[in-house]
Amino acid sequence: MNRRHPATNGTATAWGICLALLLTACTPTTTAQRPAKPDARPATGSGDGTATAKAAPFPSTYRAPESAPVLISGATVLTGTGERLDGADVLLREGKIAAVGRGLAAAPGTVVVDGRGKWVTPGVIDIHSHLGVYPSPGVDAHSDGNEATAPNTANVWAEHSVWPQDPGFEAALEGGVTTLHVLPGSANLFGGRSVTLKNVPAVTYQAMKFPDAPQGLKMACGENPKRVYGNRRTLPSTRMGNVASWRQSWSEAVEYQRDWTQFEARRASGAKDVRAPKRDLRMETLAAVLRGEVLVQNHCYRADEMAIVLDMAKEFGYKVSTFHHATEAYKIADLLAEQGVCAAVWADWWGFKMESYDAIPENMVIVDAAKGGCAIVHSDSDEGIQRLNQEAAKGIAAAARAGISIKPEHAVRWITQNPARALGIADRTGTLEVGKAADVVVWNGDPFSVYALAEKVFVDGATRFDRSARRMLPESDFMLGQPAAPGVSP
Amino acid sequence: MIRPNLAATLVAAVATLATFAAPTARADDAAAGGERTALLIRNATVHTGVAGAAPSPGTDVLVQGGRIAAIGKGLAAPAGARVVDAKGRPVTPGVFGGLTRIGLEEIGLDSANGDHSQRLGQMRPEFDVTQAWNPDAQSLVVHRMNGVTFTVLTPGSAAGGSIVAGQGAPASLVGREALAPRAMFIDLGGDANDLSGGSRAAQFMLLRQALVEARAPNLVMVHDERLLSPSGRQVLLEFLKGGGIFVFDVDRAVDIRRAVEFAQQEKMRVVIRGGAEAWRVAPELAAARIPVIIDPLENLPSSFDAVGATMYNAARLHAAGVTVVISMRSPDIDDAGKTRQAAGNAVAHGLPWAAAFAAITRIPAEIFGVGDRFGTLAPGRVADLVLWSGDPLEVSSVAELVVADGQVQSGVSRHTLLRDRYLERVRRGEAR
Repeated sequence: MNRRHPATNGTATAWGICLALLLTACTPTTTAQRPAKPDARPATGSGDGTATAKAAPFPSTYRAPESAPVLISGATVLTGTGERLDGADVLLREGKIAAVGRGLAAAPGTVVVDGRGKWVTPGVIDIHSHLGVYPSPGVDAHSDGNEATAPNTANVWAEHSVWPQDPGFEAALEGGVTTLHVLPGSANLFGGRSVTLKNVPAVTYQAMKFPDAPQGLKMACGENPKRVYGNRRTLPSTRMGNVASWRQSWSEAVEYQRDWTQFEARRASGAKDVRAPKRDLRMETLAAVLRGEVLVQNHCYRADEMAIVLDMAKEFGYKVSTFHHATEAYKIADLLAEQGVCAAVWADWWGFKMESYDAIPENMVIVDAAKGGCAIVHSDSDEGIQRLNQEAAKGIAAAARAGISIKPEHAVRWITQNPARALGIADRTGTLEVGKAADVVVWNGDPFSVYALAEKVFVDGATRFDRSARRMLPESDFMLGQPAAPGVSP
Repeated sequence: MIRPNLAATLVAAVATLATFAAPTARADDAAAGGERTALLIRNATVHTGVAGAAPSPGTDVLVQGGRIAAIGKGLAAPAGARVVDAKGRPVTPGVFGGLTRIGLEEIGLDSANGDHSQRLGQMRPEFDVTQAWNPDAQSLVVHRMNGVTFTVLTPGSAAGGSIVAGQGAPASLVGREALAPRAMFIDLGGDANDLSGGSRAAQFMLLRQALVEARAPNLVMVHDERLLSPSGRQVLLEFLKGGGIFVFDVDRAVDIRRAVEFAQQEKMRVVIRGGAEAWRVAPELAAARIPVIIDPLENLPSSFDAVGATMYNAARLHAAGVTVVISMRSPDIDDAGKTRQAAGNAVAHGLPWAAAFAAITRIPAEIFGVGDRFGTLAPGRVADLVLWSGDPLEVSSVAELVVADGQVQSGVSRHTLLRDRYLERVRRGEAR
């Protein structure tokens, strides 16, 4: 699946090809520049059925189950804040990180996990996934990730395509992923709204939806939109067509927002016969970005195009949270750092299209090296999401070869704290700080080793994966009763 | 290494060599900083890759005249030799990049820059993808500096082509290797249905017809509805006579079983590629001595041909006595760098380290007929070896010194040049 899900008519081949890459996503922001409180959402309002008029539709129904306190003792702890504590304990209580330190006491009823020889990290966060929207099995009927019917489909929400039974979710959980951001593909300039999910088994996506996490707006630069629509002899067929189309939409969004603001003001003033403007779901999403309620997650490879997008964002008054894929982020590392924009990148994907020709494995390292730089390792792949720790390890190795030493406690931030920041949820997860969600992974060794495996994964303090009890863990409905089901041991 | 019984191919291969061998050699000497002076690597942990050989710590490797002159303890450095202290780090044979498009495309998604698949609308077993090989492609440089020294050039079966993708061959990433087509790639299963009239049942039907035509080249048909051209029949016949192996790309357990039976009936030398559910037919594969080329990271039911996909595929096949080769499923140029990682993950899921290492060195070299050049270290061999910073299956390890085709490789690629240019700018605070 990964980058190979077809955007348009792909070629049939054994490995299941792709125009695909094409269609992936992009992301986030830093806390500093995050335009709104994480829980600022289109909520509350006047009953006109507008985004600003009602409680947000499709609310999260996720509830963390009750769980006994857990004390992980004597482990190597990477806090996600840049710290490493050896021989340390982590206490999980009532779904939160209750304490981190040495010699913590376990109250009666606490489940003690012997952490000696183990490493503990925050739950891994993938800021770029298509699990659920391009689920396994990758049959035609499951191709729900790209509404590739118009260059602006800001009205669609990826969450409405998420199939909670995608077996990829539990595979990602086994790789330590506790939170993931699911985006529409990149066929369109405005691909639609993306969603942040808790990686827990559920029958409905609402039961996975990260409570009060801001939605994203997936935008896409470059080759994909211009190829998809250029092949149909329609705008955009060039990069300048991409920019013109974006600017037209943003101009309309500014007007749309103005109309609604005027309407709200007149109604608030008690004026009679005030008619609400007509709702436009595309514009509603863009206006939410302008208000800082939805975070822009922008698929963009080339340095020059990212710089254009940043100027466009200034023109219309919005922020880019994160450039996704960003294979040339290293060429503008200081610009990104200066503007507080994160870059979510791969370790070693390159050459699969022209705009990835200059991708280098040190990308994340150079982005990270700029003062204030925000590097994120993302997957865009149902395989890669299972081992984001290994992708970060490749970055460490590439850095070492370039004479830069990066410690594990620093690199772990690329897959925990930084994506949390870029998704507007850093106040709740992404680090092992007291009061944060007890999203925690216990690894059987240094997570940056190829041989490391997650032994236990906690989401909000509840055990969601336990390698020692795998047969008792939930599996997707899809795998039930399959004669070919593979089992869980060698 | 060129098959003497395939006259047409021989001519083609010689022509190919004549076209690029000389210029490539010059370009490499300059660009790769190739050196032919003696090299002594001291105090390495040497993995010769020879079956059953344990890693040998505290061992030296001497390379002279482009060949491995000696492997042993306390070797003397010849006058003028470059001496490298390995400090106990591993030295291994160069790594297999898998079945790839290295040198068959410069970038993906661009028709003028991809030559891996034919769309002639016909079954053309005579299609030989090595005729498109470009040894100056950037992917050769990038991968060989990372310790990947050989690959198998692999044709694809694209829409508008045929389930018989055509011929591929092993190739050196230094680009001087004589290319001898020795593998015929055939695509089976659901993902090839569009190439076989909508049903996998038609795949064996078409193959059987092709084999009949190849074996009876003078068969007279009233309305000549043959699948194959005369040269196609000739090439296929040579393969059937033992001139090369057939690589069946197939995943579903029952399809693998049918492919094995078909191969036995037709007396074909077969390798299974893909094999997502191969573990389910491991005993049959072991009994038939059919190797399997798998991507050990494939653990999701990506289709109804792969419902049984599992991280334990490699370990289970090995335990059953099946010969395992590791290659990424995707032939994309960047994925050639992932075979080490894939092998490491297979180890984490039960495959013994030695089997995983052999699956990306000796075994693919032997299966594809270049075991005398790749996959093992032995005195007299053209030097093909890597000094690693650590365990070669670790993602954190990098190639510190690569000797390929007898020459020390430079460690410089477009990627490292880009890195150095922009890292410097960031350090100086003047990017853009």
